[in-house]
Amino acid sequence: MTLEFILGHLNYWLFIILMMTGFYIVVSRGNYVKKIVGLNIFQVSVFMFYISIGKVQGGTAPIFPVDLNIDPNVVYSNPLPHVLILTAIVVGVATTALGLALVVRIREEYGSIEEDDILEIEQHIQAEENSEHGSAMGGRA
Amino acid sequence: MDVLINLVLFGMMVTTALAILRMRRLFAVVMLSGVFSLLSALLFVTLDAVDVAFTEAAVGAGISTVLLLGTMALTSRKEKMPRKFSPIPLLVVVVTGAVLIYGTLDMPSFGSADSPAQTHVAAQYLERTPKDTGVPNVVTAILASYRGYDTFGETVVVFTAAVGVLILIGGFARRRDEEEEGTD
Repeated sequence: MTLEFILGHLNYWLFIILMMTGFYIVVSRGNYVKKIVGLNIFQVSVFMFYISIGKVQGGTAPIFPVDLNIDPNVVYSNPLPHVLILTAIVVGVATTALGLALVVRIREEYGSIEEDDILEIEQHIQAEENSEHGSAMGGRA
Repeated sequence: MDVLINLVLFGMMVTTALAILRMRRLFAVVMLSGVFSLLSALLFVTLDAVDVAFTEAAVGAGISTVLLLGTMALTSRKEKMPRKFSPIPLLVVVVTGAVLIYGTLDMPSFGSADSPAQTHVAAQYLERTPKDTGVPNVVTAILASYRGYDTFGETVVVFTAAVGVLILIGGFARRRDEEEEGTD
């Protein structure tokens, strides 16, 4: 492992560390709003990873001069990941909105947005249903 | 120099993410997520993706924050006391991260001009865009001209999400009023 290799791959590792921080927020915290914020962090890290693949050392943004007189010595970065991620950002906001609508609906139904509380309520409902079915079967079920 | 800027921005982003992890007041969490988006927009600028930086700053930091604030207003402002620390999530995250880092070892170096991503069709797009479309911004030309149908598909996705949101919380005010009448 040479210094050159480490410098060349450092960016990827930094994005992965950031991505895993977001992932940890999603799996370890019970609050649904916070889970969605964690998902956003995860998502933005993936975007940064994609964009960093398109970067060319010494390059510039892929925008030509207005008169389209292109200097062949200028290096431009790869525009394709940019297009892909532009689409992904907008779709990401759409999915975030859908997730947040689900959170609002959950709060309306259960009166809480904490995973622990909701699991408890669910268990309670399940137990009640079971005992109801049991008595309907004459206590034999 | 580039490496230094990247490192500083990255350090700020990790600090923000850790603060989001620790904070229990949701208002602070939402604001920090906006800060995180703006920092990532800065990083996009250093990576030559100015269009992505615009979009991230406007949509990621703007609209997302508004949506999160709206949700917070309709639900609760504080997170419950965190559960007892469990090592399983941490273990899962560390293992996943290690596997991903192992996966990057075979990747071409950051910024190398001869990586597969640069040598495939990207050069073709850069060469043809001025002749085919006359648009100076290659990203715009690809998004709206070469890949116009994909952008249309994106619009369909956004429309579907909007319909989903309306179905989920459409009658919110009406239901709340009915509930209040019921309890009185």
